[in-house]
Amino acid sequence: MDKHSKKSAGRTVIHMEKRDSISRSKAWMIRGAAVLLSLLVCAIVIIAITKQNPLEVYAGIVSGAVGTRRRIWVTVRETVVLLIIAVGLVPAFRMKFWNIGAEGQILMGGAASAAVMIYAANKLPLPLAILVILAASCAAGVLWGVIPAFFKAYFNTNETLFTLMMNYVATQIINYLICIWENPKGSNTVGVINSKTRAGWFPKIFGSEYCLSVFIVILVTVLVTIYMNYSKHGYELAVVGESTDTARYAGINVKKVILRTMCLSGAICGLAGALIVAGASHTISTSTAGGRGFTAIIVAWMSKFNPAAMVAVSVFLVFMQQGSIQIATQFGLNENASDIITGILLFFLIGCEFFVNYKLTVYREEA
Amino acid sequence: MPVIITFIQRAVGQGVAILFGATGEIMTEKSGNLNLGIPGIMYMGGVAGLLGAFFYEKSAKTPNPIAGMLISILCCLLCSLLGGLIYTFLTVTLRANQNVVGLALTTFGTGFGNFFGGSISKMAGGVGQISVKTTASAFRARIPGLSGIPVVGELLFHYGFLTYLSVILALICTYFLKRTRSGLHLVAVGESPATADSAGINVPVYKYAATLAGSMIAGLGGLYFVMEYLGGTWSNNGFGDRGWLAVALVILALWNPANAIWGSLVFGALYIIYIYIPGLSRAQQELCKMLPYVVTIVVLIFTSRRNKPENQPPASLGLSYFREER
Amino acid sequence: MSETNVIELKNVTKRFGEVVANDNVNLTLRKGEILSILGENGSGKTTLMNMLSGIYFPDEGSIRVWGKDVLIQSPRDAFDLKIGMIHQHFKLIDILTAAENIILGLDGPMRLNMKEVTTKINELTGKYGFDLNPAQKIYSMSVSQKQTVEIVKVLYRGADILILDEPTAVLTPQETDKLFNVLRSMRDNGKSIIIITHKLNEVLEISDRVSVLRKGKYIGTVDTCEATQESLTEMMVGEKVSLDIDRSNPENVERRIEVRGLNVRNNEGYHVLKDISFTANAGEILGIAGISGNGQKELLEAIGGLQTIESGEILYYTKHDNNVIEKLHQMSAGDIFDLGIRLSFVPEDRLGMGLVGSMDITDNMMIRSYNKSRGLFTDRKVPYNLAAEVVDKLDVVTPSLETPVRRLSGGNVQKVLVGREIASAPRVLMVAYPVRGLDINSSYAIYNLLNEQKRAGACVMCVGEDLDVLLSLCDRILVLSGGRVSGIVNARTATKEEVGLLMTGGKENS
Repeated sequence: MDKHSKKSAGRTVIHMEKRDSISRSKAWMIRGAAVLLSLLVCAIVIIAITKQNPLEVYAGIVSGAVGTRRRIWVTVRETVVLLIIAVGLVPAFRMKFWNIGAEGQILMGGAASAAVMIYAANKLPLPLAILVILAASCAAGVLWGVIPAFFKAYFNTNETLFTLMMNYVATQIINYLICIWENPKGSNTVGVINSKTRAGWFPKIFGSEYCLSVFIVILVTVLVTIYMNYSKHGYELAVVGESTDTARYAGINVKKVILRTMCLSGAICGLAGALIVAGASHTISTSTAGGRGFTAIIVAWMSKFNPAAMVAVSVFLVFMQQGSIQIATQFGLNENASDIITGILLFFLIGCEFFVNYKLTVYREEA
Repeated sequence: MPVIITFIQRAVGQGVAILFGATGEIMTEKSGNLNLGIPGIMYMGGVAGLLGAFFYEKSAKTPNPIAGMLISILCCLLCSLLGGLIYTFLTVTLRANQNVVGLALTTFGTGFGNFFGGSISKMAGGVGQISVKTTASAFRARIPGLSGIPVVGELLFHYGFLTYLSVILALICTYFLKRTRSGLHLVAVGESPATADSAGINVPVYKYAATLAGSMIAGLGGLYFVMEYLGGTWSNNGFGDRGWLAVALVILALWNPANAIWGSLVFGALYIIYIYIPGLSRAQQELCKMLPYVVTIVVLIFTSRRNKPENQPPASLGLSYFREER
Repeated sequence: MSETNVIELKNVTKRFGEVVANDNVNLTLRKGEILSILGENGSGKTTLMNMLSGIYFPDEGSIRVWGKDVLIQSPRDAFDLKIGMIHQHFKLIDILTAAENIILGLDGPMRLNMKEVTTKINELTGKYGFDLNPAQKIYSMSVSQKQTVEIVKVLYRGADILILDEPTAVLTPQETDKLFNVLRSMRDNGKSIIIITHKLNEVLEISDRVSVLRKGKYIGTVDTCEATQESLTEMMVGEKVSLDIDRSNPENVERRIEVRGLNVRNNEGYHVLKDISFTANAGEILGIAGISGNGQKELLEAIGGLQTIESGEILYYTKHDNNVIEKLHQMSAGDIFDLGIRLSFVPEDRLGMGLVGSMDITDNMMIRSYNKSRGLFTDRKVPYNLAAEVVDKLDVVTPSLETPVRRLSGGNVQKVLVGREIASAPRVLMVAYPVRGLDINSSYAIYNLLNEQKRAGACVMCVGEDLDVLLSLCDRILVLSGGRVSGIVNARTATKEEVGLLMTGGKENS
């Protein structure tokens, strides 16, 4: 440090420095430490509330997440849904387009699936019905994603606030549809769609109705990974995200790339809506997205868009969420405990990136 | 006539919580921090106020409304402060991405509110059973005499003190931003932290102070909802999307708290107008409820076409600042 | 005696790593005078002044202000010594008024009394003859008005010593006259002023004395009344240094690029290129000289299809004899590439335009050619081989081909960029400041590459700042001054003084 910059003698000074690079193992050690620390804090919070032995609590979490076959499948289902949304956000974020409208895109995709299930699925053979559901949900997601993209590309309208507002417009559209599709009358819910015919429901494959979702998510994840890393489109959007000047220099049409990328991002988020509605709940409500559109943003961001890291973070978060839902029932708490746990985990994971990017040295300044 | 009066009263009732949130968010955004955790902080503020009042009423033999009110306000402010502290520590000190931290905070805060709200409901004997009527009575107290005046009294004096506080706070914030030295410095920090820094303004201090103050103001919105609107009880997710409406109102108000006063009235009115439009089906009513958001989007598009630089979001909104080492 | 000297710098040295920015500089500023500091780009003028305004701290030497040895550790210390600096890049908040900007950061009562502030500002502006409306918002101001705000800001804080860094670079001649009148009036009121510049005519017009820096070294100080443009130019540029660059005679020279009456305005609406006309030939190197910011960047970008052109033509001659002409002024960079015109461009902003910092060398190799391969997917084999070749041929020091280019040193970044651009066997090669930040060996490697391209029949255009290099490397030199072509000279016969004079617009005035 500059030897002239002192005023008083003998102070303790924390010097902060951006790291040039960090070894992968060291970075993961920091993240691992953050996870451990967050688990510790969660344990303290849980003990403070339940006054139970922490080991028992964590055993409860593990059993809640993977304790039975059914629970394993639910955990898997929730993981893949979170994963596909995060995967869908990657192209937009790589382009530095803050799509926080995944909630709305999921809802619209879910609404499109529900519409196909209600109006058409009974008349179509199942494979065709499923294809129509997938296509319709993608189209609805595209619509919801491309509107803010258009205004971003042509008027430079702030996309963070725009996509955020689109979420609530979508919520009201769902409320509107619930009124139309209400079943039974007066329940203010859509109820389980096609509960008798199971038309448009994802079929059981390999003994589980969630298997198809898993396959779709794996496929989409692989395709998006290829798209991002090997296709010309993926290359273009990465250049646009880095610098529009460089993009122009490279002869890239920036507006076109913004629109195209948000179409893709919206389509995948819409598809997630189909997975939730046709693949799991078989109904639609305003909580169909359930905040996963927001959680996925954090997943994608923390993973630095690396698919393997996204899988890991998704598994971790869903594991803890499902586990805390279990301990909530076990200890007579309400299910919102899992949001608190998730929040604490996220704060630690977000915060630890600072220590990955910066080096702190503490020293005493001489007189 | 009576219909119009109740309409306005109800619009105000809807608008107050949003106004608190918007005023708090404007102060925060003026420092360059886009705090998407405001909806979560409002939940935290609301539930903390309720908890404070609940435990006070439970422990005191004859609860005093004023004491309950003060305790609940104090709890509300402290808890919102905690929410703001999480946000500022992560974004300002640890330089994390503002959107990511904000959304995580909203997840956390909403869960925090529903968890404790739900838990004490259960302690009190079941959903909707919790009630802190004594404390709430202090929040709901009207000015005697004045509220009895026909029309004028009903329109202007039919509210608890938090309603007036929300308006006064918005005016104070506008005064602060436009007429005081610290306000000028805060605006500079939000517009260009580098310029502010070179002018000798302590950027992190302003960012912390504005965001924490903004969080506490927003927390009062949650308290208003729980105490005055609901009358001292809790319903899970009852606060709904009002937190996001507050974020939307910031745009409608063009980052001026004084504008947010009438803006909150507009939002409040748009929020309930479906009840007063005759002949709407339930489905059409739901479509009506998206009006506040659609209006916000339209305003956002129009301001982005750059009519006046003063009406733009603070120039450094969403970006973290740190002085490059030389 | 030192009573009349408000600032004395003794043997001040400042290093940035290996680079010595100021080497043993001595300087005095007398009370009530205007001192010009003259020097080419990179001669260390701004660094020296930044040490007076508390931005840098000298490694060696002493600074005396008002007759006392001082340590200036921060801009605040400089304020306390009544030193105020007006930087080239204004530090103003657009949405605030002039008055609000002027008092920004000052302590005082909580409640703002703008009336009092306005009165005080009006006193100052009246005293020195500024033209300023304190209630006007910055965003609605012209550059010269913004500069006025910056000067008043410094005066408002009670500065008695003013340092202006290239104040006229952004002003029109009329605005410059106005500024000079204000400076004179300030001097007559007892203020001491330092003005950093490289415009000779202005030096002669405004200053009482001139101190000259060259390549970080202090050359000397003369009284302006005894100086001439020629004597100052000689002090500024020094004697010609002959460089060992292997310059061949142009062969097969034919017209390749012709620019006719080109006019360009930048995003802020300034007229940055005015009526530019010239021809660049295949088989020769055309140097483009000028003080930085006189239109060089815009000229190359206009040819490369990256600027909106207001009027004029840019023509590309495919072959001289059958006269196939492409109109580049109607094309974007993508169009030019799609037409198969091999036009290569090494922009000034290497990591902001030429390369993507976060991508590795391979990915950066395909920025301009990724679309050439067929199909949906990028072909990384060719760029990978190219990356390996560039790294090998140009001795790029890198841990691997997968290292993000941001992590490479400046010289290696430039080699990657130049290597990519010459790999396509360009018909036109434009380079801007190709050796900025490079060491001697890397610089020579780049010069040789440019000469190789010239011999291979490319039309090479090179924007440079070191006149010695341009005179030894190029065949002809086009000089830009204030967005106009102030002359085109033969690099083999021209002298450094001649070019220097053209750069400073000297010919226009003499």
